[in-house]
This record gives sequence, structure tokens and C-alpha cells, in this order.
Amino acid sequence: MSSPRTDQAAIAVESGTNSCADAPRRTPRRTVLKCLAASAAIALAANARSVFAKTTASTIVGSGPRQSWGSAGPEGAGYEYECRLHDAAQAPPDQPPRLRRWAMAIDLRRCDGCQSVNKAPQCTAACIEAHYVPKPMEWIQVYEAELSGGGTQFLPTPCQQCQNPPCTNVCPVGATFSTPEGPVLIDQERCIGCRFCMEACPYDRRFFNWGNPPQPAQTQASKYDIERQTPAIRGTVMKCDFCMDLLSAGRRPHCAEGCPNGAIYFGDLEEDVATNGNEVVSLSTLLNQGTSYRLKEDLGTQPRVFYIPGHGELVGRNPLTSGRKATEWPWQDLLSGSADWSRDEPGGSW
Amino acid sequence: MRVVEVVRQPVRANGAVNTPQAVEVEQLGPTAPPEWQDRLEGHVLAPLRRTSWRYAAWVGFLLTVIGWAVFAYGRQLHYGLIVAGVRDRISWGLYIISFVFFIGISHAGTLLSAILRAVKARWQLSITRMAEFITVVALMVGALFPFIDMGRPDRILNLLFFGRWQSPLLWDVMAIGTYLTGSTIYLYLPLIPDFARCRDRLAATAPRWKRTFFELAALGWRGTPGQRHALESAITIMMCVIIPVAVSVHTVVSWIFAMSLREPLNSTVFGPFFVAGAIYSGIAAIVLLMAVLRKLLHLEEYITRTQFVSLGYLLAAFSLIMLYFNLAEYITTGYKMSGQEPFHFRQLMLGPLAWLFWFYMLGGIALPGLIVLYKRTRTVAGITVAAVLVLLAMWVERYLIVVGGLRVPLMPYTPATYSPTWTEWSILAGALALFALIISVFAKLFPMVSLWEVIERRGPEPAGTETAGKQPAGAHS
Repeated sequence: MSSPRTDQAAIAVESGTNSCADAPRRTPRRTVLKCLAASAAIALAANARSVFAKTTASTIVGSGPRQSWGSAGPEGAGYEYECRLHDAAQAPPDQPPRLRRWAMAIDLRRCDGCQSVNKAPQCTAACIEAHYVPKPMEWIQVYEAELSGGGTQFLPTPCQQCQNPPCTNVCPVGATFSTPEGPVLIDQERCIGCRFCMEACPYDRRFFNWGNPPQPAQTQASKYDIERQTPAIRGTVMKCDFCMDLLSAGRRPHCAEGCPNGAIYFGDLEEDVATNGNEVVSLSTLLNQGTSYRLKEDLGTQPRVFYIPGHGELVGRNPLTSGRKATEWPWQDLLSGSADWSRDEPGGSW
Repeated sequence: MRVVEVVRQPVRANGAVNTPQAVEVEQLGPTAPPEWQDRLEGHVLAPLRRTSWRYAAWVGFLLTVIGWAVFAYGRQLHYGLIVAGVRDRISWGLYIISFVFFIGISHAGTLLSAILRAVKARWQLSITRMAEFITVVALMVGALFPFIDMGRPDRILNLLFFGRWQSPLLWDVMAIGTYLTGSTIYLYLPLIPDFARCRDRLAATAPRWKRTFFELAALGWRGTPGQRHALESAITIMMCVIIPVAVSVHTVVSWIFAMSLREPLNSTVFGPFFVAGAIYSGIAAIVLLMAVLRKLLHLEEYITRTQFVSLGYLLAAFSLIMLYFNLAEYITTGYKMSGQEPFHFRQLMLGPLAWLFWFYMLGGIALPGLIVLYKRTRTVAGITVAAVLVLLAMWVERYLIVVGGLRVPLMPYTPATYSPTWTEWSILAGALALFALIISVFAKLFPMVSLWEVIERRGPEPAGTETAGKQPAGAHS
């Protein structure tokens, strides 16, 4: 080969004179376009399943008192749950069946943070005991908030079960999803642990298993159940699920059953009924009586948890008495290798 | 003195060649003397010819760091993410910060190569190859971080089986995948004539596997007019495709944060803000790599003060753009002080993040701009220092966004703390080492300067620019 210098000059001359378009010069562009089209097609094919699955699940079908539903997430999780329809208000055959719309109303006038019983909040305790909630998660957490006139109020905060949930929107794999009756669930066998939902949740109501979940041995006896979130799985997200398993058994969630003051009403917006265990009330009347509100209503998340403002005055609490007992996790014998972490700071010798 | 004319034929959308009267003639400024060409080729191809013990020691060092990071990651696989400093309230940390950082510096190649190619600048031709390498390697390394950050890396295929287009995370996967593919093609295309040159020049000395590699990689390049035309067309197409893709990548990266309902993060300015920050740190990355490779490969004759000053001016321009975006972000929220903004402003300006914030604002935006604009510091060393400051500050900026953003309390609780553990630092160090390693290995396989473009389009660096300092960017075209 001659020196690059002369080569280049020759090329320059050649390209000046030879302007005919021949086949090889067109190849790269076509190849590039083909590659782009092919990758787009592959991506489409990979995602088509989930898109179609989403459409099917959000279409209301069937009738009868108990309807089986596929999960609202993409198909493949193998999860189906029973949807509860109204027996009394059975829809006429030509109309879609009416669905339960579960809701919680927390009467803050009755919540004293369990100061009167001198225990850690009993809603949290009942929840932890029933779900084997790993420490330090408090799926329903009793926050103490400042009142504008001085003193404090207690604010039991479960997952708000938003009807426009930011967490399910961002989940990349459809591991967390809305159920037709309202509650938002998590499939911990699908969750990839990206924690995008935790960033998206504006209520700090999602919890991560950073290490081996500290649970007692009996959790290992049963198979994983999406409605009970047991046994917990490391590297996945957990949260309050409105006790879907109890609802199908005709009971209220554990927190509502555990409240000694009857501050937590649970019911159905569709049938407009709720109970705190002592009385059955019209849910709409209860919510309209006081100026009930939802947390961060302006975000448009549409929670299914309502609050009636107060600071425990109906159960005789003085708002200036602040502080509550710390939550405890009751199990003595945890699985070996159980980890221990804090929610808000790195710690330990890691 | 001979004047060589390189004739390029603009291509219409349908691929047909223009009629002769529309042919665009570009004239090379200075003539490239043959001995200069031989010298350039000798310098650029030297690392492909032989390897010193220093190189082996360097690779050994990098492999040690990477090995340590692999050990740290192995521990994370064994114990879970508990070995990292992230917890429920600040649930993203060093991994996501570094992800955004690496994707940011990947914008280097696009800006330099594609945008400057599009405006027909010529001064950057000796550094386009390095810039394009930064893009590809930074993307490869940066894309690892989301997977390192996953709680269940074993379920990674769920993204394929159950991926939802509604999730910004999938947008990231798509955008980064497209960008990596596109920028790899865009790196490869201008390499083809250089591979042919290696094939021809190194045939006698290179080992057999290397000869085969060059033979295959050159795709039978003979420099015929047809081939040249095809190459030019392909480069032009990729150039037009890659710019919007690059913009989309950092926009969707910012949307991971901006799509949340959290007070300092749900900002509409985040998309363009992140793109500007990405380009800013990308320019700095090129300056740093160029300063290092210039010394190591003895390229001082081809990468001169011209390149540094031109990139320095770009850096200064982007420091003003960054200043503008910061004003746009903080004035509009700070004026109103709605919701949790007072908390955020206090933690940034007076609280635990204050020293990082002020380093970012003063050391990372104001100072680099001043270094470049002040004549006495507008030197190769000065501009390299400015680039290092920018790289540090842009990493800090992502720290402020991720940790500062997640630290703002959502409910009545004490603000959380975050401090990265040694595991996280080790994995970051490993990623930086991997970045350096891939560049080092590539430097042995590919010419780090686009020889054919420099020889045909640029020629020797004009004399006098060493001292002039008035050389406006892109004047030599």
C-alpha cells in the first residue's frame, strides 16, 4: 500500500468525479433502520402481554355473589382473590354487579394513643401480632402531631389505600396493584425491590425488608400468601393491606378490632355502612357530621382512609399530655439470621 | 504547498446523490505534511503496538479495586441491602446517585461529536473518539447501578416478563438501551477507516488475534468512494438520531424523581435541568480524560490548548446555564415557601447538607466558570482543575437531589439520616475502576484519536494558538 498521503489525495479526486450511486453505499442506512425497527418490535412483543393483561383485569365481568378476579397487575402472578358482591343489593341481571368499596374512618376524637390504657398503641400491636410484621415496620403507625393551638393529637396512619395510588403507577413490574374493591396489594414474589413505590408514596407507608425479615419460626409453616404477606421475603416491599383475608371472613381489620376506644370505623362506601365494633353507623353520615378529611387531599391520591379531626377529647385525653408508649415486637424466638434495622438511619456494624 | 480538496456530497432524504452543481466543497485549512501524518500515526498507534509494565501494573491495580467491589457486592447479595446505608425513609442512596452521575457524563460524546459535527466545527476532531468512548463506557457502567440497587436482583427478568410501560423505570430501561445501542454504532462507524489503517499498518507486528480482529472490524474498508459515501451517510444519520435520544435519556432519568409527589422533587424544570447538568459534567469528563490521555499517549501536538480552551468556553457557558436553572428552581419555590420548602431550604443552606450545597454552588458552578473566564488561569492545567471541580460538584448535586429530596419528612417524624457504608463506597470505587479499566483496555484495541478525520479534515494544529488565547471556539473549520 502506498503512503496514506497519496491515497487520500486519490480518494479526494475520485469522490469528486465519481458521483454515481451504487448499491453498497445505501446498505448502512438500511441496516440501521432495520435494527431500530427490530428492537422496537422486540420491546413491543415483550410488553404486549402485560398491556393486554391490564385491560382484561380492569374490565368488570361476570355476576353472582362471589366473583373470582385475576389480579389487576399483569397476569402470571397466579394470584386470584374473591371479590365480595352485595347479597342484599344484588344487581339486576342487565346491570354490572355492585362491588364493595372498603373504607376506613378514624375518629381522632376517640384516639388517645392508648395513653389511658398505658400501653403501646393497640392498633399497631394487633396488626404486628396478626401479620408477624417484621421489626421496625409499623404498618399502622400512630404519629403524634402538633396542634395549632398547642398540645398534640395522635394520628393512626395505615396505608391510605389510595384510589389514584402513586405507588402502583410507578411499579415497573406490576407487583403492587389496586384491587377492584379498593385495597392496594403487593405481590412479594414478583417485587424486584427497586423501591420506586417507596419514593412515590407521599405518606411514608411502605416498608422494605432490608435484611432477613425478623419473624418467628411459625411464619415458615405456611405457603406465601399475598393477602397475608406471610412469610415476609427479604428484598421486597411490605405495607398495610386492609386485612383482605379478614374481610372475606366477615371481620374487620386487626387494627380496628384491636382499638380499645372504638376509634377505627371500618365499612363499605357502596353500602354506606361502617362499624367500630360498638355501633353500626351510616358511613356518609359519620363523615359528613364532623368536617372529615383525608391526608394530603390536595395531592389527588383519593385515599380510602378518612379522618374525623380531634385529639382524643371523647375519651378524656388532655391534648397537653404528650407522648405514647413505644411499639414492641413481641416474639422471643426469631428465625436464625434475622436482621435488625432502623427505619430512619443506617446503623449496626454493616 | 499542495491544497487537497475533500469533496463531500450532501445526501437527500431519499439517499440520492445531489447533482454536481449542489456539491459542497470543503477546503482543508493547512496542508498536512507527510512527516506530520507519520508522526501522528506513530503516536496514536503506539499503545496498540506495545505494552509496558506500567500498563500491566495499572490494570492490576484496577482489577484489585474491582475485585474488592465484587467482594462487597457479594456480601450485599448474601446479607441483603442492609449492608448499605439506605433505609425506608432515605431509600435511595449512593447507587442511584452514581447511576445519575454516570448517565450524566455519558452525554459527553453526544455533545462533542454529534452537535459539533452538525455545526461543522473542526477543532474537536482530535478528541471526538475519546468523547464517544466516554459515552459508551459511562453508559455501560452507569446502567449497572440500578441492578446493584435492586433488592431482588435474581428477579431481573421480571422487567421483561411483566414490564409496565406506565413506569418511568421502564422508560429508563428503554431510553438507556436505545442510547447505548445508538452510541455504540456511532462510536463504531468512524472507527471503520481507522480499523482498516490498523489492519494495514500493524499487519507485520501485531499478534494473530489482533490482526483477525482488525480484519473483521474494518469490514473490508478500502476507502472507495462508494464506501466513503455510505460511511458519511451513516454517520450523518446516527448524528441526527443520537442527539434527541441523548436528550430523552437524561430527561427520563430526571422523571424518576419528578414523577413523585415529594415536595422538592416534583419539579417541571427537572428534565431540562438534568440534561444541562449532564452535558456540563460530560464536558468536564472529556477535559479530564483528554488531559490524562494526552500525557500518557504523548498527544500534546494534536490536543493543544485550542481544544482545552474551546471546551473551557463550553464549560463556562454551561456553568451559566446551570446557574440559570438553579435560580429558576430555587427562586420560584423559595419565593413562595409553600409546604415543606422551608425545611428543604434550611437543610440545604444551613443544615446538614449545607457544606455540600455551598461547595456545589460556589466550587462547582461559580469557580469553574471564573477559572475559564479569567485569562491567567485559562490554561491547560487551569481548565483541567475546573473540570475536576465540575465532576465532583455534579456528583454532589445528585447527592443533594436524591438524599435531600428523600430526607424531607412526609409525616410528623424526625428527619432521617443517611451515611453511605463502606460497601457503597467500595462499589462506587469499583465502578470508577471499571470505567478506567474498560477505557484502558479499549486504548489497546482502538486508536484513541480519529486518525482519518484529523488527517483529512483538520491537519496540524495551527501555530500560535498556544499563546493567542483569543482563539474563538470552532474558528478553524
